[in-house]
Amino acid sequence: MSVVLFWFFSIVAVASAAAVFIVNSMARASYALALSFIAVGAIIVQLELDYIGVITILMMVMEMAIMAVFMVMYMGMNPALMPMDMRHNKHRSAIIAVFVFVLLAAGALLIPWPERMGVPAANVTASLGESLMGSKMLVMLVISPVLFATIIASLVLANPRGRYDRRGDNLDRRGADGRSEPEDPIRGGLGR
Amino acid sequence: MTLQLVLLIAAALFAIGLYGALSQQVLVMVMMGIEVMINGVLLAGGALWFFLAPTPDGQTLLVVILAAMTVEMAMGFAVATVIHRSRNSDMTDAATELHG
Repeated sequence: MSVVLFWFFSIVAVASAAAVFIVNSMARASYALALSFIAVGAIIVQLELDYIGVITILMMVMEMAIMAVFMVMYMGMNPALMPMDMRHNKHRSAIIAVFVFVLLAAGALLIPWPERMGVPAANVTASLGESLMGSKMLVMLVISPVLFATIIASLVLANPRGRYDRRGDNLDRRGADGRSEPEDPIRGGLGR
Repeated sequence: MTLQLVLLIAAALFAIGLYGALSQQVLVMVMMGIEVMINGVLLAGGALWFFLAPTPDGQTLLVVILAAMTVEMAMGFAVATVIHRSRNSDMTDAATELHG
């Protein structure tokens, strides 16, 4: 049974990943990508990594929903559903991709993999939590500031014009009379 | 289900994602290509954990891969927003300032 499920999820994962770049509308592409992630998450659950697999599925389904919102924002409602060709440099990209696949496949098949060392813990999820909060806490300590820096960086990039643009680095720039708000071509904040 | 088989599927996902990342013109589609690549890396990591060293510590590497995926997505959308705002375009061909 597990073999059948594995083949089913594998075929779905690869076929829908390929469909992402074959279908000719972005909305369909994002649904195909979500399907591919769900299939990969299911394979990961089969590998007894329940927590990681379920998190992958949950995260990616949400991400694809957000992606659809962004697509509509950038392209309007209709283009996201309209067929179009979005590729350039097709042949060279295909050659590089095939070469990389052959290289990776050769590595997977030719490397003499070592024997399995150890067995999974009785409760894999609990053991992950214990290692994250114990001996591997450095991972958590690194990921947290990276994610925080990502929030700040993406806000800085996406924010069109903030108070520091209007009032200077120390927020002390004032208008011509020294008291009022500085002149600014793009007004912002409350009462804009 | 063997290690080689899962790694082959991961390699296929990685290669498909690489093709997408190289060939797509729309920024969001390039990001989808990178996502498929990271998807393959995640699958390969899970397979190596399960078949070679199923210790608790190995799982933390997969958490790192998931975090990388999140960061890629957030920063990708931020860059897409900046390019869309300044060029009114969502194509990679509009962002060539660093080109020679």
